[in-house]
Amino acid sequence: MIWLDTVVQGVLLGGLYALFAAGLSLVFGIMRLVNLAHGDLIVASAFLILIVVETLGLNPFLAALVAAPALFALGWALQRFVLNRVLGKDILPPLLVTFGLSVALQNGMLELFSADSQRIAAGPLESASIDLGIVTVGTMPLLTFASAVLVIFLLNRLFYSTALGRAFRATSDDAVTASLMGINPKSVFAIATGLAMVIVTIAALYLGMRANFDPSVGPARLIYAFEAVIIGGLGSLWGTLIGGAIIGVAQTVGAQLNPEWQILAGHLAFLVVLILRPRGLFPRAVD
Amino acid sequence: MLETRGLTASYGQFKALFGIDMTVAAGECVAIIGANGAGKTTLLRSITGVLRNGPEMILHRGDPIGALSADRVMQRGIAMVPEGRRLFPSLSVEENLLIGGQVRRGSGHWSLDEIYRLFPILRERRHSPGTALSGGQQQMVAIGRALMSNPELLLCDEISLGLAPVVIRDIYAALPTIRASGAAVVLVEQDISRALSVADRVYCLMEGRVTLSARASEITREAIHAAYFGEAA
Repeated sequence: MIWLDTVVQGVLLGGLYALFAAGLSLVFGIMRLVNLAHGDLIVASAFLILIVVETLGLNPFLAALVAAPALFALGWALQRFVLNRVLGKDILPPLLVTFGLSVALQNGMLELFSADSQRIAAGPLESASIDLGIVTVGTMPLLTFASAVLVIFLLNRLFYSTALGRAFRATSDDAVTASLMGINPKSVFAIATGLAMVIVTIAALYLGMRANFDPSVGPARLIYAFEAVIIGGLGSLWGTLIGGAIIGVAQTVGAQLNPEWQILAGHLAFLVVLILRPRGLFPRAVD
Repeated sequence: MLETRGLTASYGQFKALFGIDMTVAAGECVAIIGANGAGKTTLLRSITGVLRNGPEMILHRGDPIGALSADRVMQRGIAMVPEGRRLFPSLSVEENLLIGGQVRRGSGHWSLDEIYRLFPILRERRHSPGTALSGGQQQMVAIGRALMSNPELLLCDEISLGLAPVVIRDIYAALPTIRASGAAVVLVEQDISRALSVADRVYCLMEGRVTLSARASEITREAIHAAYFGEAA
């Protein structure tokens, strides 16, 4: 029974990792851009939600709703005025720019918020649980996983059932030909990054409510996100959810064996998948 | 409706077009012929904004469009069937058509139903990935995709390239319907006799220069030979 509980907790933890990864997967899938500042953007968003909660006295979920449009605008502007200028055949310039952005964000947050750990208070929700009969699960992890499923479901609907989704896929396939259809690839990229920042807001909400965070934790979130994206297969959104779940289960099983093995077990699971399926479990993108 | 004035274009240090003067009137069909490397595709890439130029080098309805980006050129009612079809692999046939209508101009003649009427096979294959179709069917999708924006000017780059003669005949059979919808057509073509059979006027390019400009009905075999190879007939 304890192993069943371990696996369930791991799958639910995977929901958080999938949320970390979904924005990264979206941006990579559309413009082949690896955003090394993704983890730091999650942490910065968590700080923004915390500020909204503390200054306006809002519930964290409402605070995230308030923060989301601002973060969409930030993502849009970041892409439009910075990242679009360095996108091209050479993958090095965007990597360098986002690496620089990561360093700048970490230091900026240190200056503004200090190195102290913070947490977004969620009240009774933090300790609430639901008895499912054979296992008991925390309400917050369940909510996180449900949010991840909803985000990925909605992203899939957007991609495959809307004109914007068609424009995303066409631009991802061939930006020059997409421009011959009257689509402005740079605008499409900016909307995609704005959308990724909305997902980052959701990830930041749960990160902030579930764990302590400080300006230095971004790179570790980035690694989890990378691993989930690569395990799932580049460009596959549902694959990203499964990738997150695999890392989550590996971590909880590792922790069950020995608490010191939790993080290591997640990375080992990633390495095993990388050896057996270098293109991930459900690869979509062909490069 | 469209005019180029002393149009030049370069790829880095390599100059590909040397002062092209060309006009296309509303509803007209203009063929551009020439050997490989003559600059035909570069001319279309310049008109569509894929290659940027001086603003006044290309005029559309009197407005300078030479420096506009491709998406803004397309929004003015110009559509392109690119060489090699270039369908979007992750989109189905129908989605490829729909994306062509993303910048639809008003309520013109062309709709999904009209495209399916023009090329009935596409209705049967509408849920297939565009790239899973035969070359001829892919060309039909590429033409349909361009028509979906209800263009007033359709630029077609080598639409017969790599296709079987029977398929080329089917593709060309659609041209009168397209012209009847009111669209002017610019055909870049290496199949000279095919181009002459449908065009009102012809430009021949050689090494980035116009070597012949004439009405298709008045052109002689000798004149084409001279313009094509740059030698006396």
